Amino acid sequence: MGLSPLPEAAPTTHETISPNWITTRLDFIANWGRSNSLWPMPFGTACCAIEYMATAASRFDIARFGMERQSFSPRQADVLICAGRLPFKLAPVIRRIWDQMPQPKWCISMGACASSGGIFDNYAMVQGIDTIIPVDVYVPGCPPRPEGLLYGIMLLQKKIMGETMVDPSLRVEQLVGPDGLFRRPSAIDEISEPFGNSVHQTRSG
Amino acid sequence: MSGAQPDLVAANATVQALRERFPDGFLRSLVTSGQMVVYVAKQRAHDMLSWLQQDPAQRFDYLTDLTCVEYRDRERPLEVVYQLRSLARRADLRVKIPLDPDGPLEVQSVIDIWMGADWVEREAWDMFGVRFKGHPDLRRILMWEGYAEGFPLRKSFPLRGHWSRAEQTRQALQTNPEAYYSLEELAIAEAYHELPADVRDRLAKAGKVLP
Repeated sequence: MGLSPLPEAAPTTHETISPNWITTRLDFIANWGRSNSLWPMPFGTACCAIEYMATAASRFDIARFGMERQSFSPRQADVLICAGRLPFKLAPVIRRIWDQMPQPKWCISMGACASSGGIFDNYAMVQGIDTIIPVDVYVPGCPPRPEGLLYGIMLLQKKIMGETMVDPSLRVEQLVGPDGLFRRPSAIDEISEPFGNSVHQTRSG
Repeated sequence: MSGAQPDLVAANATVQALRERFPDGFLRSLVTSGQMVVYVAKQRAHDMLSWLQQDPAQRFDYLTDLTCVEYRDRERPLEVVYQLRSLARRADLRVKIPLDPDGPLEVQSVIDIWMGADWVEREAWDMFGVRFKGHPDLRRILMWEGYAEGFPLRKSFPLRGHWSRAEQTRQALQTNPEAYYSLEELAIAEAYHELPADVRDRLAKAGKVLP
């Protein structure tokens, strides 16, 4: 079950400058600031949202990781945390929320259902939100413990610290293409394939 | 056995009254798990349910649930199930309408008898494709408006749906999430013109047009 490459719409013809002392210092400052002041947009649909709330509350306290300010508007958010299962009915909603978030933005897929559909391998459920929006960090668990989510957040911070301004493709919006999809149909089929003790799923022609 | 259970004595009286009053609509009755079940014919079901609600000796004033059952055995009919409760008499009655799963699935709506039938009838339509004649706003309630794959709880419906995941994702992403709710629910006047024509017609018939 390999992940598909980015859609072909992403332009690759940007002129790039080579990294040098100035860009790496500027990168460090910008990334340090960004990774330590992430504003999360919670998209809680199920039991994972309870664990998310526990993470945000006093005992675990994601404010320690710079997430003091929960953003309930996508327009002032940096990281979308999808906590819970995503039915097809909500797919256009999370897509619209993602499109409304300004760059730079990241996404954490929290829990088994958001990452893969989990136990809900049925007609109503998106088999992983990475068929709808790009995902940076997957947090496994059903639901994950707050420590798991905090570890995922720390992984995201580590990922942000590795970003560089000489790679302009990092900030390219990955929009829904003219075919109405964000990934290739075959990639979506592959990601959503039934597994384990499972039966046949119709493949796209 | 039935003599020892006062609930069933009362239910037996109800069944007897139903049989005498509606000889053409009464099909059969049986007791399962201490629950009286009455099978009634589709044509007379609305009259019978109406009588059960209004008759001073019955007073089934509360529709606990309305749903459908389709059995794995193909020869058994699809059933519309009404679970009735008389709050005053503390009595329960289950009424079933057998329907041919291959024929037209249509029964009379009971929304004029119990107002609470509104959403449960919509759910039965959404999941089983049973049309409720006379329902003022019969549209999907759990799946989204415009969901074209079928009726998910029918036995002929595969668990993962008919289409590929990519096609399902495409259909879902093409939905305008704001365009599929009635104006009463969301008061989003600007999305009204994005509604499909049939939905707009239906809203107009239900009196939910844009001012």
